Amino acid sequence: MITIIDYGLGNIQAFVNVYKRLHIPVTVARSAQELLGASKLILPGVGAFDHAMGRLNASGMRETLDELVLVKKVPVVGICVGMQILANSSDEGSLPGLGWVPGRVRHFRSVPGLERLALPHMGWNDVEPLHLNPLFKGFEEDARFYFLHSFYFECSQESHVAARASYGLDFSCAVAVDNVYGVQFHPEKSHHFGVGLLKNFAEL
Amino acid sequence: MLRPRIIPCLLIQDSGLVKTVRFKDPKYVGDPINAVKIFNEKEADELIVVDIDATVNGREPNYKQIAHLAAECRMPLCYGGGIRTPEQAKRIIASGVEKVAISAAALEDPQLITRIAEEIGRQSVVVVLDHKKRLLSKQHDVWTHNGTRNTKRNVLDVAAEVEKRGAGEIVINSIDNDGRMKGYDIDLAMELRKAVSIPVTILGGGGSLEHMGEVISVCGVVGVAAGSFFVFKGPYRAVLISYPSAAQKDTLIFSALKSH
Repeated sequence: MITIIDYGLGNIQAFVNVYKRLHIPVTVARSAQELLGASKLILPGVGAFDHAMGRLNASGMRETLDELVLVKKVPVVGICVGMQILANSSDEGSLPGLGWVPGRVRHFRSVPGLERLALPHMGWNDVEPLHLNPLFKGFEEDARFYFLHSFYFECSQESHVAARASYGLDFSCAVAVDNVYGVQFHPEKSHHFGVGLLKNFAEL
Repeated sequence: MLRPRIIPCLLIQDSGLVKTVRFKDPKYVGDPINAVKIFNEKEADELIVVDIDATVNGREPNYKQIAHLAAECRMPLCYGGGIRTPEQAKRIIASGVEKVAISAAALEDPQLITRIAEEIGRQSVVVVLDHKKRLLSKQHDVWTHNGTRNTKRNVLDVAAEVEKRGAGEIVINSIDNDGRMKGYDIDLAMELRKAVSIPVTILGGGGSLEHMGEVISVCGVVGVAAGSFFVFKGPYRAVLISYPSAAQKDTLIFSALKSH
């Protein structure tokens, strides 16, 4: 069953609502025990990087998650800060990330020339899927999602970038490595585009 | 490309939806949940919901209603009204709201913006500045408590200060233009855009897509919000909730940005 990881961050109910409307079974896990039946994992997140990592590390779910994702290869998608913590580290904090997708999270204004870029990056931005990524099936021509963030994911390897968006610079707004996916935007609040993406994830 | 945001702003009084003119004469326009459902279907960019009684009556936010709205809402939701502490803001965010709007409390204690931003992240902190033009002057003062208290502070100065304190977005709302549907205060919108480097949303006076296009052609990628325009139809202000189609919005945005 699709399992949403509830470590106290992110709009859990919005994901539940999307899947309920799609008649796709979904559950919420608040402990390692509750994670065990997961066939797909959703890792939401909002706020600061260290706060998110701190909460996840203290949730009692960390070890089980590592095993499910790295050993059992259960598909997982990180959303917003849930995507950023897939990286090794972040400009925003000092705690190590999960390291499931090699890379570092950068502040937009750390990029030369973008010192005065309006932040947070807030609103609907066009998204360009890079290669045939199953997450973006049906959105190859027209994809638009809601963003709300000031940091972006810088992949160590180009091949891990699943989609790009342009705001000040072209940045990786979606990443994918094996069974690990991440999206910077909020599919749970992106109308039919987001519903389609979450449906695609359910059908992986 | 980041697109300008076209945002319905809904006012709540006694749990019902109302619309005012110059912050007065609230007219009942329906049930908030029903309105949210319609904006879901129309795929609105975002929604702002403000409880206009909470601060004036010194009341807590109506958490039950907020949670209900958030659960129904399939687009990003910003809630304002009666928020005075980081704990209240946190509780509202936890119920599934993306952004909280603060106004009176932030003007009394600007430190509050910083404290709320530390708790929920600055991207979720919106400061709403209700403003009114000072008589025989070009200055716009910031007012609070539904336009009954004048802080006598210049809206542009306040905007710059709240940005420094940790606001993630500023909404300016013209009391003079509220409900009149005669167009936005474009000059002020432009000055605000220059004064801060966080996203801004312009509210007050919107009566047509052309009015919205004017703001976008002058200010570029900003939020443009309206109340009456999305809830009334025709010269007799019949209640009819509407929102432009995706095609109408594309035409509006691209022609406005071309002349930007």
